Amino acid sequence: MVIVYIDQADHQIKKSSLEAMSYGAALAKQLGCEVAALVLGTVQDNLADLGKNGAQKVYHLKNESLNTLDVKVHSSLIATAAKNVNANVVVFAHNINGKAIAPAVSVKLEAGIVTGASSLPNTENGFVVTKTVFSGKAFASIQIETPNKVIAINQNSFGIVNYDHNAIVEELNIPIPASSIKITKVEKVEGEIPLTEASLVVSGGRGLKGPEHWGILLDLAKSLGAATACSRPVSDSDWRPHHEHVGQTGIQIAPNLYIAIGISGAIQHLAGVNRSKTIVVINKDPEAPFFKAADYGVVGDAFEVVPTLTKAILKMKSTA
Amino acid sequence: MKILVCISKTPDTTAKIAFTEGNTKFDENGVQWIINPYDEWYALVRAIELKEKDPSTIIHLVTVGTADAEPIIRKALALGGDEAIRINSNSNDSFFVAKQLATVAKEGNYDLIFTGKETIDYNSASIGSMLSALLDMPFVSLANKFDCDGNTATVRREIEGGEETCEVNLPVVISCQKGMAEQRIPNMRGIMAARTKPLKVLEPFEASATTSIKKFDTPPAKSGVKLIDPANMDELVRLLKEEAKVI
Ligand SMILES: Cc1cc2nc3c(=O)[nH]c(=O)nc-3n(C[C@H](O)[C@H](O)[C@H](O)COP(=O)(O)OP(=O)(O)OC[C@H]3O[C@@H](n4cnc5c(N)ncnc54)[C@H](O)[C@@H]3O)c2cc1C
Repeated sequence: MVIVYIDQADHQIKKSSLEAMSYGAALAKQLGCEVAALVLGTVQDNLADLGKNGAQKVYHLKNESLNTLDVKVHSSLIATAAKNVNANVVVFAHNINGKAIAPAVSVKLEAGIVTGASSLPNTENGFVVTKTVFSGKAFASIQIETPNKVIAINQNSFGIVNYDHNAIVEELNIPIPASSIKITKVEKVEGEIPLTEASLVVSGGRGLKGPEHWGILLDLAKSLGAATACSRPVSDSDWRPHHEHVGQTGIQIAPNLYIAIGISGAIQHLAGVNRSKTIVVINKDPEAPFFKAADYGVVGDAFEVVPTLTKAILKMKSTA
Repeated sequence: MKILVCISKTPDTTAKIAFTEGNTKFDENGVQWIINPYDEWYALVRAIELKEKDPSTIIHLVTVGTADAEPIIRKALALGGDEAIRINSNSNDSFFVAKQLATVAKEGNYDLIFTGKETIDYNSASIGSMLSALLDMPFVSLANKFDCDGNTATVRREIEGGEETCEVNLPVVISCQKGMAEQRIPNMRGIMAARTKPLKVLEPFEASATTSIKKFDTPPAKSGVKLIDPANMDELVRLLKEEAKVI
């Protein structure tokens, strides 16, 4: 059986987990086996609805204490659950929590693991999973040699598939070990779309000249419902918060649309965004290296182009 | 306090990514090697800062790598750290590597184990989590702030859409990222001192690899940028909607 770990934030199932669910369902079909979801903690969503994303069954370990992450606790519960239901493949979303838990689960299940997977495995001859390496500059095909397997699938690389059935929900009864981690403070950025989950991202670089000029970028992001990002010098100079820094040494993202404004396109920046499906570059220098990595380019002054683009989007939205 | 910092050697961020031997091996020709930036800028430097606050702190560095990793570990020692251990293997199976590190960690009885959040070559982000499972220790990932008071560590970590601060008792495994420490460069005194710091070489411990790399591929090149007149943003919107279908 394939089991998919369903991750949550603020009692809501994450989009990346629904992608992982659909990935797990496609994998189970390929292997000719069953697929189930595993939910820890309490969520608002109707768990039977996970059937709509491909789950046949949902195993639920319902306990408030599991709403915050303790890798030691979560990984041991997931490993125990996988053993109890005879799952030999465990799928995670390669998101913040998945990255933290999946490798520990692989140790506990003596399973080979591939994190950052970009597509379904090739199971014709063995079990070969393709993953992104060198910060998106290449792919590696990796054979998992062990009977048990753990895969963490990249965010935004496997689309959510709709099924027309509900899943059967079954509560699990596994004793919960005491947590050794005490959360003392939680700071959420209000009203912002988390960058790694966003399908549209608007990003700014040093070309915007200073934090006081970010308004035009924020307006554009708002018109699209996009998350905002920035280049490293921008966050290093505290023009924007650190969590917006994308690139080789920041966050790696793969949205459907990445709009780069006043960013030169240095190799370390591209490493964080080159898996985006469509890239738009707005830069006044026609020689900026970013144009080589772009699908659409606008050579022009950001201070003129960006407000015009925002207007065009609002116009499109009002007539659509 | 005794800290173990895990160090990995990675190609420089501007290195040309190419493959040889029928696309089964990374082409190291002409590649400059660096300390994985997360290991250096955040894990190692934070450990050094902790030692500056409490000089009785002992820092050991560990790497899994063949002899060509020595310049990297010496460079790390030039930044700080008391001694280094190199486990002589060039495996790129995360489990095998984690098992090597865990064996060193067990023998050294460390209070604190720091890793970078991931390496910039294989991007697996697996070692810290695996180590915590092998050592049966708590694990806090993506830490961007770390302090320690006696036996209690206070760690701030990234969560979806924000940050979370937690307290955890030592020993603990921490994966480090931006925010943990201020970047620094080695000075002459550090470089001289590093030459005589102990560097122990161990043969790999018994462990089996769980994965193997079959081949590498490079993504297809973009077909070329379509330039749009800056005065005609309606056209860009139309293309994004009708051609790219992303809005
Ligand atoms: C080890 C290492 C790791 C790194 N990691 C990262 C990383 O993770 N992320 C990252 O982003 N960088 C990273 N960098 C830095 C990277 O090399 C570049 O220096 C950085 O990305 C440049 O940022 P930028 O494009 O905003 O600024 P610049 O390179 O200064 O580019 C500004 C651009 O704005 C354009 N411009 C100026 N005015 C206007 C205008 N009015 N309208 C339109 N366009 C305009 C210019 O033509 C130029 O192309 C790293 C560097 C190193 C050495």
